[in-house]
Amino acid sequence: MRKKMGLAVFLAALAALVLPAVAGAASLTEVAGTVEEKASELNMVWVAVATALVFLMQAGFMFLEIGFSRQKNAGTGVAKILINLAIVTLAWWAIGYGVAEGGGNDFFGDSGFFFHFDQTVAGEAVTGETSMLMLYGLAFCAVSLAIVWGTTLERIKFGVYVIYAIVFGAVIYPLIAHAVWGGGLLSDIGGKPVMDFAGSSVVHLTGAVGALSALLLLGPRKGKYDANGKPRVIPGHSMPLVGLGVIILWIGWFGFNGGSTFETGESFFGEVMLNTQLAAAAGVIGASLAVYLKSRTLDVGMAGNGAIAGLVGITAPSGFVEYWAAPIIGLVAGLLVVYAVLAIDKLLDDPVGALSAHGLAGIWGTLAVGIFASPRLIVEGAGPGIWYGIFGDQSLSNAFGQLGVQGLAVAFTFVVVLVISLATFAIIKATIGLRVSDDEEEAGLDISSHGMYGYPEQFIPQPEYSTGLPGTLGSGAAVPAPAPAQMTATETR
Amino acid sequence: MKKIEAFIRHEAFEPIRAELLDKGFPSLSIIEAKGSGRQKGIVEKYRGSTLTVNVRPKLKVEVVVEDKDKGLVVETILKHARTGEVGDGKIFVIPVEEAIRIRTGEGGEPVLQVHEDSEIPT
Repeated sequence: MRKKMGLAVFLAALAALVLPAVAGAASLTEVAGTVEEKASELNMVWVAVATALVFLMQAGFMFLEIGFSRQKNAGTGVAKILINLAIVTLAWWAIGYGVAEGGGNDFFGDSGFFFHFDQTVAGEAVTGETSMLMLYGLAFCAVSLAIVWGTTLERIKFGVYVIYAIVFGAVIYPLIAHAVWGGGLLSDIGGKPVMDFAGSSVVHLTGAVGALSALLLLGPRKGKYDANGKPRVIPGHSMPLVGLGVIILWIGWFGFNGGSTFETGESFFGEVMLNTQLAAAAGVIGASLAVYLKSRTLDVGMAGNGAIAGLVGITAPSGFVEYWAAPIIGLVAGLLVVYAVLAIDKLLDDPVGALSAHGLAGIWGTLAVGIFASPRLIVEGAGPGIWYGIFGDQSLSNAFGQLGVQGLAVAFTFVVVLVISLATFAIIKATIGLRVSDDEEEAGLDISSHGMYGYPEQFIPQPEYSTGLPGTLGSGAAVPAPAPAQMTATETR
Repeated sequence: MKKIEAFIRHEAFEPIRAELLDKGFPSLSIIEAKGSGRQKGIVEKYRGSTLTVNVRPKLKVEVVVEDKDKGLVVETILKHARTGEVGDGKIFVIPVEEAIRIRTGEGGEPVLQVHEDSEIPT
């Protein structure tokens, strides 16, 4: 791969420069060794920055979902994000990481459980670098899980999070990550690997299929469909919060895609990040255009969905396509999300549009690699995008082969996640139940599940500001009590 | 005694309040109301779908005055609340049996009178 070559050239050049200066003090091998060590550490510093950015995306999901909820379901969104993040962390540490990255066979890894030192993971001893990459993997798993709950707002039982988060963090996401990134089934299909740079399929489609499974068994919110089955609008309470969520996700995505280089060689992450920005921008434009054509208004929420769809779309191709392709990928994702949200709304109650923005855009992004992947950037063994077969001199059959492999990744992810998720949610439904009672749903999850309101002043009347004047309530002593006779007079009605 | 209940546009309230105070009627209440009349509802668009809100926000102003002052208050409201467009609102005049000031317990017409400056704590 070009990136590895670049590192070797860089090391040689640096060693040649450094050598005269330290002549006699250190041998060439020692210097080269040190340089290599420092380069590896620099790589991990970049991954550390990216990890923090990806964890920031949790705040993005939180605000996005709270903004699209009603006021009576604002606080539960906060509790949901915190509890899910906590549980998935422990599940990933104990089991998930081993299943995803622990070598093993085509289907699952078999080392690295209860991640610790004095342990080998996929044949290599655990180091600080392994730990950094393990944490980065966790951040991805947590993003994927956060996507799941977008369809379930305002009616799901809190206990469902706890159970599904364990299954998701230990089994579902790790199986998919292992298949594509951990040397599993999808990393070699007839010699061709699936190219999913940062996870349009692995992370976003996985989360969206989990969301679909939950929604199928959970059903719509009360009042979402009228007696004739026509969808009704249940507006979210805060577009500013939605906007804040979108912008935080957008910024976090630079760590999501940019960090997936895992190294700083040739500053390749710069290319990835620019692709990310171009697609997000085009996504906003695509969705705004589509919703304007459809309804003659520039819908605030849809513009946000467009940004997310553009970002999801570019996630898989971000390290494989040229700059001209990124806006096309984002624009298509943005157009797609609007029509998909409107079509899905007729059947399924998806308050934030997770199925469209993460699911369909995730599928589009994975396939877009097979259309636009540049021969300059593809990984060893893979075919370029069919664009380069049609308009360039690349082999078209090779390109179609790669597109087929990308399609297989979509199908594999969809089926595996759907089956395990449906089974998990069915078991939960049959035991503790998925849904809160009608009364609890009416009252809102804040007060019924958490015993408090997210916005107390909206629900509990507040006293007026006491000016400290004599005669205000509670300072009765300053004012003589009304004469009993007068009080009696008021009672004669 | 009469209670004057006026459903008005929000923007009409401030001039009405100022003029009533000027004329010696500082006591009034307002309530945020939602209602429907000849004015159509608001059509909102949300995520590409339309949402019709069939009631519109109005302010309900309540003033209780002696019978002789009724005309003056009604005129003041009409003067400031009328734009001539559909949606200006309505005024209802309702008889009131009794009025009691909670602070002192006194009842009757003194309750509706303007305070002397000396009575108002600073």
